[in-house]
Amino acid sequence: MHNTAISLIQLGAIFFGLGVLGRLAWKIGISPIPLYLIGGLAFGEGGLVPLHGIEEFTHIASEIGVILLLLLLGLEYSASELMTGLKRSWTAGVVDIVLNATPGAVVGLLLGWGPVGALAMAGVTYISSSGIIAKVLGDLGRLGNRETPVILSVLVFEDLAMALYLPILTTVLAGVSFVSGLTAVGISLAAITVVLVVALKYGRYVSAVVDSPDPEVFLLKVLGAALLVAGIASQLQVSAAVGAFLLGIAISGSTAENATRMLEPLRDLFAAMFFVVFGLNTEPSSIPPVLALALGLAAVTTVTKVMTGAWAAKRQGIGPMGRARAGAALVARGEFSIVIASLTVASGAVDGELAALATAYVLLMAVFGPVAARVVEPVARMVQKRGAVTASA
Amino acid sequence: MNVEVTPLPGIGTRQDFMIRAGRRMGVITYRDGRFELIISKEEDADACSASIALTPAEAGTLASLLGAPGLVAHLEHQHKDVAGITTRQFPIVPGSRYDGETLAATELRTRTGASVVAVVRSGNAHPSPRPDFVFEGGDLVVVVGTSEGLASTADVLGGG
Repeated sequence: MHNTAISLIQLGAIFFGLGVLGRLAWKIGISPIPLYLIGGLAFGEGGLVPLHGIEEFTHIASEIGVILLLLLLGLEYSASELMTGLKRSWTAGVVDIVLNATPGAVVGLLLGWGPVGALAMAGVTYISSSGIIAKVLGDLGRLGNRETPVILSVLVFEDLAMALYLPILTTVLAGVSFVSGLTAVGISLAAITVVLVVALKYGRYVSAVVDSPDPEVFLLKVLGAALLVAGIASQLQVSAAVGAFLLGIAISGSTAENATRMLEPLRDLFAAMFFVVFGLNTEPSSIPPVLALALGLAAVTTVTKVMTGAWAAKRQGIGPMGRARAGAALVARGEFSIVIASLTVASGAVDGELAALATAYVLLMAVFGPVAARVVEPVARMVQKRGAVTASA
Repeated sequence: MNVEVTPLPGIGTRQDFMIRAGRRMGVITYRDGRFELIISKEEDADACSASIALTPAEAGTLASLLGAPGLVAHLEHQHKDVAGITTRQFPIVPGSRYDGETLAATELRTRTGASVVAVVRSGNAHPSPRPDFVFEGGDLVVVVGTSEGLASTADVLGGG
């Protein structure tokens, strides 16, 4: 058979298989991310059916996947929403960082991955999955709940923190000297500030540049702008993903809504590819040795996220049940933990074991997060009842 | 009424208020224009017992259904100054005598001296209906007249 034919058959099989997995996942009420990762593990080196000859496409597709993930994240927020969210939730955001980045950092240090590995692992355990959480809140009919704005503002804070964290991480991973590292961080901070100011004051001009009444032209312009900005950002040592995120923030109003609507299916397609490629590049046999560690990390960071959410909700005067819901809703980790792990592994600066640990961790947290959000109410009620019984006894 | 407006970053806006029964009631407006009617749980005002997705048309219909009594009250207010004249609403019971009949067929004006000022159907008010207006089961007929006139109107529209 011709090479192209084989590649097409392989790609087709992967996409079709992912489609089936995705449907299965939402049907049983979990996120498809862990299934995509497992799919990648199965088709990769040392997996069940290793595939060859599609690396070039899958590599660039997964890059586009990350860019689209962050572009759409940026599109979801207007700059003013980010600013008010930041003002309202910065204390909760700081608690979030301290409680949830620490376990990852400690594990990174204990495993001897040095400060760089610790920084990467801190990011992996810190960042909740806005994608999974937004979907689960919608599915459970909790968007009207009082604790939901608290959850969302914590997520907004995390997303902004990512915009600062990712360029710092890429700089540190590049292993450049301290001075040029500082310069790169300085450049990215300046870029973020400029973008926020531009978005706040002149967002409509940015929107006007990409806007078009013709869907085809519009799609080409938005996608083109995103890839251009991402490429330039990565050339400037600021991560490509952050460039896309900032572009997303700068586009606002109805332009942003249209762009979201059009790009969503595209993002889902390429993001699925991103998870598969990450799975492809991970040796399946490397997972079992780190599984116990991942379980421990999962248990600890579940507790710390629940504490974060409950604390943030309590500050806003939410009742005990709502605090429990807010805590449990934040547990899910997913796309960004994998983005961080993928950047780290690609740089080669940290032991490959990190990929295995991050994969196992996200496999657990992406499955357990939605489940936790679902079962929190009966569990909290049981705890309350038991507490009442003990108190009265 | 104290309506609380809460931005939901990335989603839209929630607008709700406490009702006397101790529950929160309101609407989530999504960025793309969809609506959701929310009603909080009885035992936990933070949570929602129902969040019902509504199309813009459905939301409009619900709004005017709830607004109909307001319309009648408004008419009543208009006629308040005229002594001895009151406004009342009468339902056309589905399958009853005038379900499917024209306004003219009731001969209401001749028989009672009261006059029909509006008909509220599926939340929409039809002001000053013409004699050829055909009633449907479920219509609310808004009638203005003296109290005797309104009493006989009840007989006419209720019994036949």
